[in-house]
Amino acid sequence: MIHTPPVDWFALSTILALLGASGIGLLGAVLVPRRARRPFSAVVSGLGFTGGIVAAVWLYVDSPNGHTVVSGAFYRDRWTALAQVTICAVGLATTFLSVEHLPGWRREADRERRDDHVAEFFAVLLACAAGMAFFVGAANLMTLFLSLEWFSIALYVLCAIDYDLEGSLEAGLKYLIVGSFGSAGLLFGSALVYGATGSIGFQEIATQVGRQGLDRNLLLVLGLALIIAGLGFKSSAAPFHMWTPDVYEGAPTPVTAFMSAATKVAALLLAMRLMLIAFPQEANLWTWAFAGIAVASLAIGNLAALVQRNVKRLLAYSSISQAGFMLIGLSAGTALGARALMYYMVPYAATAFGSFAIVAARERELGEPVTLDNLAGFGWERPFLGVAMWMFMLGFAGLPASGVFVGKIYVLVAAYDHGWAWLVIVGVVATLVSLYYYLGIVRAMYMRPSEELPVTPGSVVVTGGSPPRERLLHVAVGAALAVSVGSLFAVQPLIDLARHAASSLF
Amino acid sequence: MAMSTVTSVLIWLPIGAAILIWMLPLSRYATGSLALLVSLLEVGFWIEQAARFDFSQSGLQFSDRAPWFGDLHVFYHVGEYGFSLWLVGLTTVVMAACVGYGFWVGRDRPRAYFGLMLFLTGATVGVFVAQDLLLFYAFFEAMLIPLYILIGVWGGPGRLGATLKFVIYTMTGSLLMLAAIVVYGVQAGTFDLVDGPTSASRWLFLGFMLAFVIKSPLFPFHGWLPDAYGESPPEVTAVLSGVIAKAGLYGMLRIAIPTFPEPASYYRTAILALASASLVYGSLLAFRSPGFRGVVAYSSLAQSGLIALGLFSGTNLGFDGAVLQMVAHGLVSASLFLIAGAVERRTTTGEFRLLGGMARGRPALATLLMTVGVISLAVPGSAAFAGEFLILAGAYQRAWWWAVIGATGIVLAAMYMLRLISAVLHEARGSTVSDEALDLRPGELALVVPLVGVLLALSVWPAAISGHSFAGDNPTSVVQEQFK
Repeated sequence: MIHTPPVDWFALSTILALLGASGIGLLGAVLVPRRARRPFSAVVSGLGFTGGIVAAVWLYVDSPNGHTVVSGAFYRDRWTALAQVTICAVGLATTFLSVEHLPGWRREADRERRDDHVAEFFAVLLACAAGMAFFVGAANLMTLFLSLEWFSIALYVLCAIDYDLEGSLEAGLKYLIVGSFGSAGLLFGSALVYGATGSIGFQEIATQVGRQGLDRNLLLVLGLALIIAGLGFKSSAAPFHMWTPDVYEGAPTPVTAFMSAATKVAALLLAMRLMLIAFPQEANLWTWAFAGIAVASLAIGNLAALVQRNVKRLLAYSSISQAGFMLIGLSAGTALGARALMYYMVPYAATAFGSFAIVAARERELGEPVTLDNLAGFGWERPFLGVAMWMFMLGFAGLPASGVFVGKIYVLVAAYDHGWAWLVIVGVVATLVSLYYYLGIVRAMYMRPSEELPVTPGSVVVTGGSPPRERLLHVAVGAALAVSVGSLFAVQPLIDLARHAASSLF
Repeated sequence: MAMSTVTSVLIWLPIGAAILIWMLPLSRYATGSLALLVSLLEVGFWIEQAARFDFSQSGLQFSDRAPWFGDLHVFYHVGEYGFSLWLVGLTTVVMAACVGYGFWVGRDRPRAYFGLMLFLTGATVGVFVAQDLLLFYAFFEAMLIPLYILIGVWGGPGRLGATLKFVIYTMTGSLLMLAAIVVYGVQAGTFDLVDGPTSASRWLFLGFMLAFVIKSPLFPFHGWLPDAYGESPPEVTAVLSGVIAKAGLYGMLRIAIPTFPEPASYYRTAILALASASLVYGSLLAFRSPGFRGVVAYSSLAQSGLIALGLFSGTNLGFDGAVLQMVAHGLVSASLFLIAGAVERRTTTGEFRLLGGMARGRPALATLLMTVGVISLAVPGSAAFAGEFLILAGAYQRAWWWAVIGATGIVLAAMYMLRLISAVLHEARGSTVSDEALDLRPGELALVVPLVGVLLALSVWPAAISGHSFAGDNPTSVVQEQFK
């Protein structure tokens, strides 16, 4: 007879809200008439993510003492809750962005087919976020792998969903193949760790390692390495980043925005928890490993971004280098590092999302991929989006225009506090290099007159006249800007949240 | 220590106004008027504050403090000392004149332009009043945000290269300073400048100094200067050399010297040598420069060297003179660049071989340029003379040869400034100077005359600044006690 564990449904309420909305969205794809499908599914998606945020906030308030639920499969604590809030907020913003931009906005002329797959898109988006919300709370290697696959499969579909878009299918396929490689690594690593310790729960692994004195066991170390590599794939950290620029470029831009913000949050926050709880005895191994990955990401991300002309690719490399910064916080492996990582997530997610959203707006206007050349004049034509992009880029570059500035200081302090002055220098030099391409975007937007722009007129959509009115996109960008800039000023409240969240890891 | 919001108002009023200007769809005229009004209001606030300032008291005044990120002990902590009061005053006055200039020449895209100028005002005031290292760093970097756009959008044909060079140079310095700040802050357990302990680390000192010598700039870190000063719109150049450059020198005075007393004296000779090299080399370049702006730009390099000479002489006279000279030179170079702008508008060029004979029929231009030029070459009785004299006296107390080098610089200053005056005003009429080129208009006079007026007032009473910068007029002990 199968033994059924007691289930704390409330601990799973975020995931359930998202999954429920996803189910309703899928039903809508069949039952709701085509005309009403887009508004219907967008509203369902918006409500689902709002419900997710409410549930996660509630969980945060109600779970001061973290513990595992469902017989040790899932964490109910503030780390999980805060990560879920971030993921759901990104999802909500993606919903706003997607209403006008996905899928099938290229088929606007063909109203019949335009809304073919819109409901499925939102349903998959919700399911994907649900997977991430589950992933960040995973408490054993089984749920970890399960939820990783869950949201990854959803992401593969999302990348490939806009079949009219050149490169979308390719992006989906590439992500599927390379992503599976990462998943396989993670699975194999989990198996090795299980083989060494005989347990899959994070807590039990640490206990077993301590009890049996396995901290230099070859199987265990190999397993750990493979797990780190698997998580590296998901957080697109170098040297596991090869898929990132291609997939980010090929995927529909709203999906890119969602991926770059939410996936990274999920993967890095989970990595921090997994390392601290399951492998505390191996801390001197994984701190060095993550420091190495951080340095590689900073180097490769920044240097490769220097030569990009395509803005999506450029931002993809920039996200690799930002991952490098966040990994500095992770590699410190201290409470301060955890706090720094958690804080960094908030402005990073907002900034990354916002910048891709602006690229989406320009892309729609032009009907072709956005490059540094055809950004010319954009800042003057669309003042709000221009200013927002300006703030995002300067923020990423480490100027005090957004919370990323404070985040960088935090991770550098964490690194120095850990005794790694050299990592501080690496971070500083990386920031310096990154200036060139971040300022390059500002330069392209403001300092070149648009007359120089060799426009091939919008191939499908916009022909002449003013750019499309994208109220919802403006709302999404405005929210991202508010969070990004606001987090520069409201550091203390965010840090308090992060401290409470991080306290459940120690 | 009573809390006061006056200082915060000086920072956030212009930044708030900038955001307002960006959001309100006002006309060109209304935008410019609003910006000018706000910058005059800023001057008014400063005068009110200066009137209430207690110069006899050491320690921070008009301070304000609130936690920013508490677990790293980082505070929003602002306040003023005597010398920072004067630098804030310099900032508000010069910025007001430059905003007025932008209004007068009718810059394109007025909302963006005036918003950025006001934002720059707030950020620069922030640099001079911040009493927390990370806050200081934030403002120090924030100055770069508007400057980058101001030069890159409204600058001359070579603006893209100029901005890139400018940003890369200054960020190299300031990011290393960031590393130094992080290390210092973690070691000291606080980022506060007032409570912070001294440090004997030479590496940290060098990290800070690199940022400051690039910003000032001093030889050989001035590579960005000719491009940035040459390609910016004239009023932005005026801000750059009049105010922004002073931020670097201020950093030496407020942070590098008091917080790192041992390294500062260890590297004293090296820095004095750099300062002297800047003074002489800058003066020579100014003498060789083929155009109006080039002369003023390289003379700024020379003056930065002179001021650094005063600061690192480590004597009472040197400190007093340095503060006076910062203000005097700020006003001089702002006036000169605004006049350069006026000349360029009339003749389309600043090149000496195309200029000449502008004095004839243009008495206001001639009088003003002559007055500022004469003050700038430190004619006895002028504010700049007082400043340079104090600096040289201070340098002499350190060792006589520094004073000799400094005096050489002053002779060279007379040479390049007289060359400038004669090349623009006198000699044969230049090919680009037409009879239709008007004298300075009332609008321009209203901007330059007040600056010159302040300079003349300071010439009459230089002790207003040199005697009111450090409590008890004993700078070395105040600096040694880290402005406690």
